[in-house]
Amino acid sequence: MNHATRKAAPAAATAAAGKPRLTTSAMIASIAAEGQRTKPAPFGHALVALARENPAVVGMTADLGKYTDLHIFSQAFPERFYQMGMAEQLLFGAASGLAAEGFMPFATTYAVFASRRAYDFIHQTIAEENRNVKIVCALPGLTSGYGPSHQAAEDLALFRAMPNMVVIDPCDAHEIEQAVPVMAAHDGPVYMRLLRGQVPLVLDEYGYTFELGKAKMLRDGPDALIVSSGIMTMRALEAAELLRQDKVEVAVLHVPTIKPLDEATIVEAARKSGRPVIVAENHTVIGGLGEAVAGALLRAGVAPAGFHQIGLPDAFLDAGALPTLHDRYGISAAAVAEQVKDWTGR
Amino acid sequence: MTIATSGHNRQLAERAHAIRRNALRMGEVQGQGYIAQALGISDVLAVAYFHAMTYRPEDPEWDGRDRFLLSNGHYAIALYAALIEAGIVPKDELETYGFDDSRLPMSGMASYTPGMEMSGGSLGLGLAIAVGRCLGLKRKGSDRHVYTLFSDGELDEGSVWEAIMSAAHFQLDNLIAVVDVNNQQADGPSTSVLGFEPLTEKLEAFGWFVRRVDGNDLDAVREAFDAAKAQSGSGKPSMIIADTLMGKGVPFLEAREKNHFIRVDAHEWQLALAALDERKPS
Repeated sequence: MNHATRKAAPAAATAAAGKPRLTTSAMIASIAAEGQRTKPAPFGHALVALARENPAVVGMTADLGKYTDLHIFSQAFPERFYQMGMAEQLLFGAASGLAAEGFMPFATTYAVFASRRAYDFIHQTIAEENRNVKIVCALPGLTSGYGPSHQAAEDLALFRAMPNMVVIDPCDAHEIEQAVPVMAAHDGPVYMRLLRGQVPLVLDEYGYTFELGKAKMLRDGPDALIVSSGIMTMRALEAAELLRQDKVEVAVLHVPTIKPLDEATIVEAARKSGRPVIVAENHTVIGGLGEAVAGALLRAGVAPAGFHQIGLPDAFLDAGALPTLHDRYGISAAAVAEQVKDWTGR
Repeated sequence: MTIATSGHNRQLAERAHAIRRNALRMGEVQGQGYIAQALGISDVLAVAYFHAMTYRPEDPEWDGRDRFLLSNGHYAIALYAALIEAGIVPKDELETYGFDDSRLPMSGMASYTPGMEMSGGSLGLGLAIAVGRCLGLKRKGSDRHVYTLFSDGELDEGSVWEAIMSAAHFQLDNLIAVVDVNNQQADGPSTSVLGFEPLTEKLEAFGWFVRRVDGNDLDAVREAFDAAKAQSGSGKPSMIIADTLMGKGVPFLEAREKNHFIRVDAHEWQLALAALDERKPS
């Protein structure tokens, strides 16, 4: 659908179609597939563990404690928790002030509100002043069926463009748990996309360890190189299994730190001749990982056998059920596999 | 001509005069600046830095200091004038104001200037940061205050009202905010750009302790700061509404048609200094 057609009356065929109709996913729908291994509230539990070690850690939110797993922290440390009300500008300004007094605020809200509503406050009071604030935001990219109000399709582009800001797009519960103490050890502002609730558990099976600023090859393969971040790494790994059935072997390079970008590892992987580079991101194709990788390859003089982007289109995305939308916009495992097959000529 | 001053206020009057003089000299160096605002707010800054606040000029980051957050970054010329008078910034740096590689940029930033606690200029940031500073000081068990200066035009910003609600909610009686009501913002008189009166009643309804004073009456300003400091333990944040006169102390600037960024011709800087010095407190 697009803006012009949305208000047209629904086609009668929708009721007649044989396919069961899915309903709009809950605001904080889990992105875990049925039967997938998950871990509950990895951020909340990791933050509690960190706070036991580090008395400077405080938690803050703008009326989204429960929806960002910060309630785990606020229950464990009620006296170190600040409920700032539904006021994101205040949230980040006050986080800057607390950091200036020597504390390490973890400030949570939805990614749309941090990136779009409070951008100047983060830019000026946190990034420009280089305050030690950790910004942790739920509903990254297309992980809500509520439409553009809650779909942060452009948060990575916005925060990448902000000097001093470190940007992390974690894949799963395993990575979030590991990223929390690592981001605390970095003295400066960090933006991390958050998966909350029952969060898929994937990377533990790959012997994976999160390192800030490091891309890691999760599997190798001669037919294509998928460079991915966030939940798209999970999708790329699933797609790789589907593709294997068709005798297509793809490499998956996971890039959880969007900034600073591990250009050396990306360039080295892309240099292997004969395979196209496909960047997969849960983000608009404008200004995110795809364009960052393209820039890195061009600067390094690397011309792979094709360059493709899997990501969200430059459009206001539809509301609806997440599985429907992920298929529609090409970021489901099946859709990733189909696109890769096209681009590899299989 | 000299202005008679009561004995206990004479020192403050001298400080205010020196701050005005520093500001005018910076304006002269640069040939421009928010000089009318600086002249208007000098009495408030004199009381803040030479009556109300505790700090160590040689150690501007001393943890036992009172914090001063300049939200309206374009008032930097006024704060630099006070920081110079307070001995936090060396006086000879005044000559560098607004030049390349100076520690005194036209809009105040924390990373440039000793004693500048925040990067203002994008208006409406200061009170939000101040809320966090106050929460942090209380968490540390510090009895220091956070002072923040902002302009009446900033009352247009929603974030200011978020912070006003929040400061009362968190009972931040270590917060003393000063709003400079000179009734002038970029596009005209503040009250006609977006009306904010009755300000005292609004702020009281939001749970603040409020004093509205003539911001160019040193006795009144000093009393207001004393009353605000006395709110410690009350659970109420304090707002001093300072009605100021732009250009105060230089009659031909006071009388000039009020503009946000007033024009001062090259030859007028010396005339302004001379007019100011004629009114030097004795």
